[in-house]
Amino acid sequence: MQSKPFMARLMAAPHVVWSILFIIAPMLFVLYYAFTDASGAFTMSNITELASPSYLTIFARSGAFALVATAICLLIAYPLAYAISRANPKKQKFYIMLIMLPMWMNFLIRTYSIMAIIEDTGFVNNILTSIGLDPIHMINTDGAVIFGMVYNYLPYMVLPIHTVLSKLDNRQLEAAADLGCTPAQTFFKVVMPHSRSGIISGITMVFVPSVSTFYISQKLGGSSFDLIGDTIERQFQTAYNYNLGAAMSLVLMVVILISMAIMNRYSDEEGSVVA
Amino acid sequence: MKKLIVVFALAISFVLFGCENAAEKKVVNVYSWGEYISDGSEGTLDSNAAFEEYYFEKYGEEIEVVYTTYASNEDMYAKLKSGASGYDVVVPSDYMIARLINENMLEKIDFSSIPNYANISDEFKGLYYDPTDEYSIPYTYGMVGVIYNSNFVDDADTGKWDLMWNEKYAGRILQFNNSRDAFGTAMYKLGIDVNTNDEAEWRRALEELKAQQPHVQGYVMDEIYNKMESGEAAISSYYAGDFLSMYDNNDALGFYYPVNDEGEIVTNLFVDAYCIPKGAPNKELAEIYIDYMLSEEPAIANAEYIYYASPNKAVYENEVYIEDMGEEAMKVLYPENFNFKANYNKLSYHNLNSEMLALVNGLWEELKISSATGETVYVLAVAIIVALVGYGVFHTIQKRRREKYY
Amino acid sequence: MKALTKIYTALIFIILYAPIAVMVLFSFNSSNSTGVFTGFSTYWYKELFNDPATLEALKNTLVLAVSSSLIATIIGTVAAVGISKLKSKHTQNAITTVTNIPMMNPDIVTGISMMLLFVFVSAALGMSQTLSFWTVLIAHITFNLPYVILSVTPKIRQMDKHLTEAAMDLGCTPFQAFCKVEFPAILPGIISGLIMAFTLSLDDFVISYFTTGNGFETLPIRIYSMTKKRVTPDMYALSTLIFIAVLVLLILSNVAQGDGTKKKARAKK
Repeated sequence: MQSKPFMARLMAAPHVVWSILFIIAPMLFVLYYAFTDASGAFTMSNITELASPSYLTIFARSGAFALVATAICLLIAYPLAYAISRANPKKQKFYIMLIMLPMWMNFLIRTYSIMAIIEDTGFVNNILTSIGLDPIHMINTDGAVIFGMVYNYLPYMVLPIHTVLSKLDNRQLEAAADLGCTPAQTFFKVVMPHSRSGIISGITMVFVPSVSTFYISQKLGGSSFDLIGDTIERQFQTAYNYNLGAAMSLVLMVVILISMAIMNRYSDEEGSVVA
Repeated sequence: MKKLIVVFALAISFVLFGCENAAEKKVVNVYSWGEYISDGSEGTLDSNAAFEEYYFEKYGEEIEVVYTTYASNEDMYAKLKSGASGYDVVVPSDYMIARLINENMLEKIDFSSIPNYANISDEFKGLYYDPTDEYSIPYTYGMVGVIYNSNFVDDADTGKWDLMWNEKYAGRILQFNNSRDAFGTAMYKLGIDVNTNDEAEWRRALEELKAQQPHVQGYVMDEIYNKMESGEAAISSYYAGDFLSMYDNNDALGFYYPVNDEGEIVTNLFVDAYCIPKGAPNKELAEIYIDYMLSEEPAIANAEYIYYASPNKAVYENEVYIEDMGEEAMKVLYPENFNFKANYNKLSYHNLNSEMLALVNGLWEELKISSATGETVYVLAVAIIVALVGYGVFHTIQKRRREKYY
Repeated sequence: MKALTKIYTALIFIILYAPIAVMVLFSFNSSNSTGVFTGFSTYWYKELFNDPATLEALKNTLVLAVSSSLIATIIGTVAAVGISKLKSKHTQNAITTVTNIPMMNPDIVTGISMMLLFVFVSAALGMSQTLSFWTVLIAHITFNLPYVILSVTPKIRQMDKHLTEAAMDLGCTPFQAFCKVEFPAILPGIISGLIMAFTLSLDDFVISYFTTGNGFETLPIRIYSMTKKRVTPDMYALSTLIFIAVLVLLILSNVAQGDGTKKKARAKK
């Protein structure tokens, strides 16, 4: 068994090399820009500028939106993934592909279409008024932005949860029931612990991109308020302030890394409990 | 799995094969706005294909136009700045040309190889961004105007920038989601020089935008088309040529160039022009390409396709073109009694220095931050955090208990 | 309970597919608007096939999505297995953290930082015109990797490690053990990783934009660069065709497989 650690290292090696070349090296450019000014001299001012109340507001707002969107994604995706995982295996593949398929259509086109549905003169409100109900104002609200995030990232929550749940044996559930578990108890004692690693993957894959998104808030939120992704994008696109933009994404990254580290510890503990 | 490998092998060979093909021909690499050239749809001229044919006939050699597109001046700038792009022809707007010249990123054009430059009207020569006419050749130009839906908007309220601040139409007004253009509307309204270096003036414009904010439905760019056509919004400002294309889909839409109290048009004027980036690999071919595009047939086809005004005499004096566009469209694109050159230097955007850019950007952010989001999101977020922490504590306690038990 | 599940699933699919229905509707619009439906026409479908640039962009997009997702899946899967076997928890965490970086940077930061890297390296090596298909491919593989690893890892954690050991005790080499025991166990994770990577790559605009060059234009770049003028319904038509093609393939394979299982079930009886 001596070859085992060696094998492990060998297997991880291509990825590690790749990461150093194409993740760490570009990151050095981000670091360089974050700690220099326009003339290339070292400065901390980019970072300190971010401590202003206005930027802190943006950070808090982005975090709140992403958190709520992630929670809603989880609440919607879990029952769905569970239902799919109980279907027969061939059907499961079909359902999963059906969930991914809308994402294969261009993002811009999808977003325009969502707008056509939820606008004040959109399809939903047309239907509502035609059956005599009051129209609902949806577009350009916080709710529309959250909806956009949930719509776009839902598949990234469903997939990992489904992947782990599909391994769950029906007999295990039957056994739990036979041993006197109520359905709720079965769920919390058998199903949930079984799918924890899938949930954590899903949360990461939804929360992380939601926090840095910019397009959704621009199109569905009417750009009346900013999320951090919008602000970063603007530094690069219209203000030519690569330095401030780099500093922002660096701070964003550190914040995400810390929260993920906390979550990872959490999942490791789980791992040790199960093992 | 085997199937996947086959697909993969096919994909790779596809690409390699494709590369090999391209390497043999002469190539001219054009980088322009999306939808900014006649592409042969609806039986029109495919300008790039026509150039390839023209080149073959004249020089007896095959050439390929590699035509790629960008969505904004800033995107293009980032790409050019990287220096690894290898483009031969680009089509930036005026203020960006000034910036590129300033940063020594453009080649001087050899006008002796572009005889069709004579087609360009003198009105478009010697403009501020290229005062000596060495680096650029105008392709299109245009003006920003106010678009309104006559079903909702009272004609009496139109005519000035005021309409975009009129609270009667609160919730149906669209503003640009782009700091320069949005500030522009406020500055033209207030009669401030849009290129001022005076911070107080920019702040005055910001106050104006803040006053407008409660009435604004959204800050948008490309969504303007759909929102104006469907009647979702009633008032916005955009380019004259694009209004014509919206008008085709909703004839309730109206358009005007806003005037000030003295009755003079005060709005943004722009010029997009052909340029050759520094280090272009095929400068001579680029010049042949530009020269061809200035000749009558492709110039008319492009102008009719894009719907923007053309600085090319072979276009705007051509009777077929005038007839094709129609009287109304001609009036919108080429307003009578308006001297472009006399107004251009005053009303167009100039390249701001980096301090001013930072200031404007900061003010824009101030505007965006000042509009608060609802509290619900924060309340929910806090609730989720509390729930998570609660679960964590509960879990740890349970775990401890279990450990004791073992 | 069963009925409730069905209603719930149906509801979610309706919401997921409502925008697609709108897309299909506007692809048949008679005018160039994607906001008002003025009448039925198949004009944009004809238009689409007269537009070689769009078809070329479609080809580019597919080639890029297929090759980047496959390469990312191979590197990512092997890495996920390797990482899980590393003894040191710290090394494991360090690698995972670095892997996740492309996922948490806004696209524009990833795009521009990669562009800077490619340009810097090519300048150092004295090459010109570095940006090409290959640079976009590298960028796509890079941002696909975390998604692959994140979807394979839960499967590895779930797997019974004793099975591998048992296989080796029974005489399998580590490689054989991997192929015969581990690989089948984590296959669902690999497949969902592959699907995710493909999906992401197919739709990426910003990163492709900044890392591409040499005339390599993908469909999203083409669509986004239309936004100053207007995105015409021929793009909707193209998306509709892709959508229908994939849907038909899916249904066919589902029907075929369904028949297969039924026959097998019957044969067993």
